[in-house]
Amino acid sequence: MSVPENLRYSEEHEWCTAVEDGVTTIGVTAHAATSLGDVVFVQLPEVGDQVTAGQTCGEIESTKSVSDLYAPATGEVVEVNTAVVDDPGLVNSDPYGAGWLFRVRVDALPELLDAAGYRALVGADD
Amino acid sequence: MSHQDTSHQDRSRPTPLHAVHVALGASMTDFAGWTMPLRYTSELAEHHAVRNAAGLFDLSHMGEIVLTGPGSAAALDHALVGNIGKLAVHRARYTMICDTDGGVLDDLIVYRTGQQEYLVVANAANTAVVLAALTERVAGFDTELRDATEDQALLAVQGPRAVDLLTPLTDADLGALKYYASVPTTVSGHPVLLARTGYTGEDGFELFCAPDDAEPLWNALRAAGGPQVPLPAGLACRDSLRLEAGMPLYGNELTRERTPFEAGLGRVVKFDKGDFVGRDALLARAEAGPRETLVGLVGRGRRAPRAGYPVVDPATGAPLGVVTSGAPSPTLGKPVAMAYVPVDRAEPGTELAVDVRGRQEPVDVVPLPFYRRES
Repeated sequence: MSVPENLRYSEEHEWCTAVEDGVTTIGVTAHAATSLGDVVFVQLPEVGDQVTAGQTCGEIESTKSVSDLYAPATGEVVEVNTAVVDDPGLVNSDPYGAGWLFRVRVDALPELLDAAGYRALVGADD
Repeated sequence: MSHQDTSHQDRSRPTPLHAVHVALGASMTDFAGWTMPLRYTSELAEHHAVRNAAGLFDLSHMGEIVLTGPGSAAALDHALVGNIGKLAVHRARYTMICDTDGGVLDDLIVYRTGQQEYLVVANAANTAVVLAALTERVAGFDTELRDATEDQALLAVQGPRAVDLLTPLTDADLGALKYYASVPTTVSGHPVLLARTGYTGEDGFELFCAPDDAEPLWNALRAAGGPQVPLPAGLACRDSLRLEAGMPLYGNELTRERTPFEAGLGRVVKFDKGDFVGRDALLARAEAGPRETLVGLVGRGRRAPRAGYPVVDPATGAPLGVVTSGAPSPTLGKPVAMAYVPVDRAEPGTELAVDVRGRQEPVDVVPLPFYRRES
């Protein structure tokens, strides 16, 4: 299960990029996508929404199950991925790329897991 | 997930096809004491493969109970709610075993495999319950009952291309093999009971075979139509397929607390055959009429009702009933669900709502099934 080194991870299986120009990009991990099964519906926060780290801000639904989407960082949503709303399968096919979910303007990232910490959390070998 | 799943293997049984599933990279899950493939790659792709071409399932977890002897027909007529004695040899029937109070213990398919021989197929989760109840109920009859679950594997090939895939592999006349019929034959040289039954809403076949024949049969079927036909298909798509087809799942639509009448399946109860276990209670229920009934719901939005969610009055939010199964339908592209609601709110076209995690989602009552194949 892929866990890129350059990202930070929440215990709720979201990833964040390093902050660039005050903004972090957020998605869900390959582990989460695989556990959910084929994602068929993604409900994201809206641009302008204030999200709070650890609070729910949307939903990800597969044929089999539904999961709350938790904000891994606190700040204002500045962009959402409309492509993933139209084609939720991107969460499965490219969770760290085209399947990103939304971008948040943050002061700084909260304390999150690094790749090794997340691997330990989910029991991944690689 | 793989780490969590290996722990399940300590307490749940592998099927004879376990190595095949592992080699295919399936996500395995513990289901009713068996380690079963949940999906191979994508449950959506598997679902669509069954609707449009063919899927191949391992159903070896299903319970198989064999009755033999001159009293078998009378024994099953006493033990089950259906008219089993009148079943012709080589035909099958969907039926139920009910408690004395009319509650459903399991839904079953009974195959008459000989003049004095029946195969009863039970849900994996209920095999022990059915075995115990049947053993007790047939005790006074001239029949011998045997649990064949461990002696038999079960494969299913389901989908519009199933008949083309099987034709070159068997001498059986598939054109003459009707829906809910079975025939002992060989497939790719392996002896099977070949049945035209399934749980997907598509045409298809179920193959009961010896455990050692399961893998060569699986391989022969996989090779029959090219690299992706039939596509190996797991339990996840089996559930979405049966839901679209409006087929009940024990534990969801059918429980000990419901009789067949609430589930809209009162037709399986045959009062004209004489006495049987649960008859008095079921007759009372049939005459009184159920207060609640099972309906189909289609969501207007995208958030799907799920099992256990409350059905509510859209005007007042007052609770009316409960969702028993629900999912985004891969074929229809919108949420579908089955739910128990009061009979006066069950008319197709009725507007209801489902409390989907704290927010009401509008749904419409529709006739079941949600999906019916073109025949």
